Amino acid sequence: MSRLALSDEILMGIEKPARYIGNEVNMVKKNPDDVDIRFAMCFPDVYEIGMSHLGIQILYDTFNRRDDVYCERVYSPWPDLDKVMRQKNIPLFSLETQSPVKDFDFLGITLQYEMCYTNILQVLELSQIPIYTADRTMEDPIVIGGGPCSYNPEPIADFFDAFYIGEGETRYNDVFACYKRMKADGCSRAELLHELSKIPGIYVPSMYECTYNEDGTLASFEPIYDDVPRTVTKEVVMDFNDVHYPEKPLVPFIQVTQDRVTLEIMRGCIRGCRFCQAGMIYRPTRQKDVNLIEDYALKMIKSTGHEEISLSSLSSSDYECLKEFTYFLIEEMGNQHVNISLPSLRIDAFSLDVMKKVQDIKKSSLTFAPEAGTQRLRDVINKGLTEEVILNGAMQAFHGGWNKVKFYFMLGLPTETMEDAEGIPALCERVAQAYYDIPKEQRNGKISITASSSFFVPKPFTPFQWAAMLDPETYIERAHHVKDTFRQQLNARSLRYTYHESYVSVLEGVFARGDRKLSKVIYDAYKSGCIFDAWTDFFDNDKWMAAFEKNGIIKEFYTTRERGEDELFPWDFIDIGVTKKFLLSEWNKARKEVVTPNCREKCSGCGAAKFGGGVCFERQKNG
Amino acid sequence: MSEETYKIRIKYVKSGVLKYIGHLDLMRFFQKAFKRAGVDVAYSQGFSPHQLMSFAAPLALGVTSEGEYFDAEFNSLESSEELVRRLNEQMVDGVYVKDVILLPEKAKKAMSIVAASDYLISFNNEDIKDAVLEKVPYLLKKETIEVFRKTKKNEKVEDIKKGIYKLELNGDKIYMFLATGSEYNLKPESVIEALCKEADVTYNRFDYQIHRVETYYKNANDKLVSLLETGTKIQ
Ligand code: SF4
Repeated sequence: MSRLALSDEILMGIEKPARYIGNEVNMVKKNPDDVDIRFAMCFPDVYEIGMSHLGIQILYDTFNRRDDVYCERVYSPWPDLDKVMRQKNIPLFSLETQSPVKDFDFLGITLQYEMCYTNILQVLELSQIPIYTADRTMEDPIVIGGGPCSYNPEPIADFFDAFYIGEGETRYNDVFACYKRMKADGCSRAELLHELSKIPGIYVPSMYECTYNEDGTLASFEPIYDDVPRTVTKEVVMDFNDVHYPEKPLVPFIQVTQDRVTLEIMRGCIRGCRFCQAGMIYRPTRQKDVNLIEDYALKMIKSTGHEEISLSSLSSSDYECLKEFTYFLIEEMGNQHVNISLPSLRIDAFSLDVMKKVQDIKKSSLTFAPEAGTQRLRDVINKGLTEEVILNGAMQAFHGGWNKVKFYFMLGLPTETMEDAEGIPALCERVAQAYYDIPKEQRNGKISITASSSFFVPKPFTPFQWAAMLDPETYIERAHHVKDTFRQQLNARSLRYTYHESYVSVLEGVFARGDRKLSKVIYDAYKSGCIFDAWTDFFDNDKWMAAFEKNGIIKEFYTTRERGEDELFPWDFIDIGVTKKFLLSEWNKARKEVVTPNCREKCSGCGAAKFGGGVCFERQKNG
Repeated sequence: MSEETYKIRIKYVKSGVLKYIGHLDLMRFFQKAFKRAGVDVAYSQGFSPHQLMSFAAPLALGVTSEGEYFDAEFNSLESSEELVRRLNEQMVDGVYVKDVILLPEKAKKAMSIVAASDYLISFNNEDIKDAVLEKVPYLLKKETIEVFRKTKKNEKVEDIKKGIYKLELNGDKIYMFLATGSEYNLKPESVIEALCKEADVTYNRFDYQIHRVETYYKNANDKLVSLLETGTKIQ
């Protein structure tokens, strides 16, 4: 038995000790003395969340294929252990070798949502690594961030030595080579960071300087050396069929959020919904060859013993071989007692047939995400789902025996009016009516419709990056109004409506489009006790508000302010392929309620074609 | 799934860091291990079929054991030797399969027949170790051995003497043979608590380690024998 970093007494005194002992099936074992580079890969949230994340499994596998690298994992210690570690001065450790993170060469942190920012500081502090990049020496690991939030890394730029912008599979070999070379030369940390900043896709915040206008907006953002690139182009995997995929993913002992094989079938989305960041930053859409994923499905079930497999993509229905692949899965997995879960499917004859085969109709519900209540507003956000499509899909399902429907909406979308808000209950009511129009003997008891709305947060690299976020008071008012309107519907007893609280969304709104001035706020909020902000039980809005006040930062500058067309954004130095010009034309079309066709209907020349592959060249291939 | 299934009983060892894995998680671990090994385990019917599996006497978190059992059902069989080999290819550090036996058709579930277990206790707190060990030969000579026991409803003082079949020194460890199961269940912690009380030292669960040696049932002759004797090796 390997020695654990925590004593028996500590482990037995905390919740779920299995979070901290490693030793899972398919864990990679190496001798740290035999490698040149030790990489600690961190998901700054609790184990059960972090272990469910596909991106980490991919990088864990990719890095560990190299003989000279040993990649280990780190997650945020839950508050019960956090307390003990501080009391006893125990440094944060990796799961594999149970050794201190501070002894590693790299600490990689994946940034999946803004509300994990205080957890990053927890990980750094518990690791006994200086929180600010400026205070670190060659003794400390290189702290490198990646993932969706690194598309606007500025609010946390001061805490990171570097960010990897884009898809992780492509450029780490260069990073490792550079690190080995520079370390052998006995370079200083500043020299190393300078060198790293020249690698495509790598952004080293300390190599750039920004100035601000009097009104607080960004005036300039420039590299401090001539040989540091002015723009950082995102990294993207263009040979999507020839990239490592973890055939033997880790299998945790304790139940985690995604306790199943996750198979990525496609990256990117052809649809171009104007609120969706993923739909832009992962352009162009790339699909995996169906034979390849069939092979992966079998191998991964065999190597994990999981009893469920699920597909990962932004919009599975747009995967061109979905039918073929799904029927393959039903056939193969059924024999092996493996359940299939198919998220984000458009409701149509095919998906209903599949759902009938893979789940219990009595328990399952239909899911629609119209996002907005009226066609007008759906045109604004470029969500191609029409009421007709919803009703058709729902009716087919009702005839097939379904009687539960879930709807997802957003409130606070640009140009939204009261009428749009009232469109939410109206749409649900019409679906209920359609159900009760079916003769009694042909339907399956009462219908139950659940609708929920979240508070829209404008994100960088979307057409709505210029838009004002609604102020929280108006949002809540609107939500109340929607709730009241639900109560007035004829079928009110079959309808249920819930809406998200506003506080967290406001903070997300601040950080999503934030700048470097915000790092002090995050630091102070953390120091005053904010942690696990993504968890309702721990989120403490008052502490956050105090941190803003202390630093004289006005939240509304980031949230409710509509940006001018020529404003320089803190994230403009990143090139995602999709041009600012395209996004701006989309913003203008949105306000004119003009829709844009999806990539397969017609290319709109967004700029992502410059990467030379994916959906942009599908048509050419097929003639 | 064919109508006829074979009931099998598996003996395994749980040690090292696996002691921090609870028995429900360990059950999931074995279910996945069965799948990886590709053994012909039987499933329940319905939309979410699951493997039919049940543990004999679940271990508390933090306890190690070399005499653990669970039952499963298979559609077809291989030799015990082959099953042990294939399952052990799928184990991780701290858990391995010692034996697989075939149960008679009408065999009762392990859980319902468990009657006793024996344990080895080793002290890691040197300060109190000798004082506690000293009391071992005398405890069973007492007329009653009273400890506080928590039940679901309340806490009460209880005489645990009837649950202690054997208590003796084994080198610098304590060996104890205790009643386990539905009829009477005595945890080794309670015995250590009684010993601490005798030695007049403060009881602390982290001063010692518990290791289960074997799990027993009462055979037709009313003798306590290992659960391994409930079935036969598969040839
Ligand atoms: S260049 Fe055209 S096809 Fe390619 S992602 Fe952009 S809009 Fe879609």
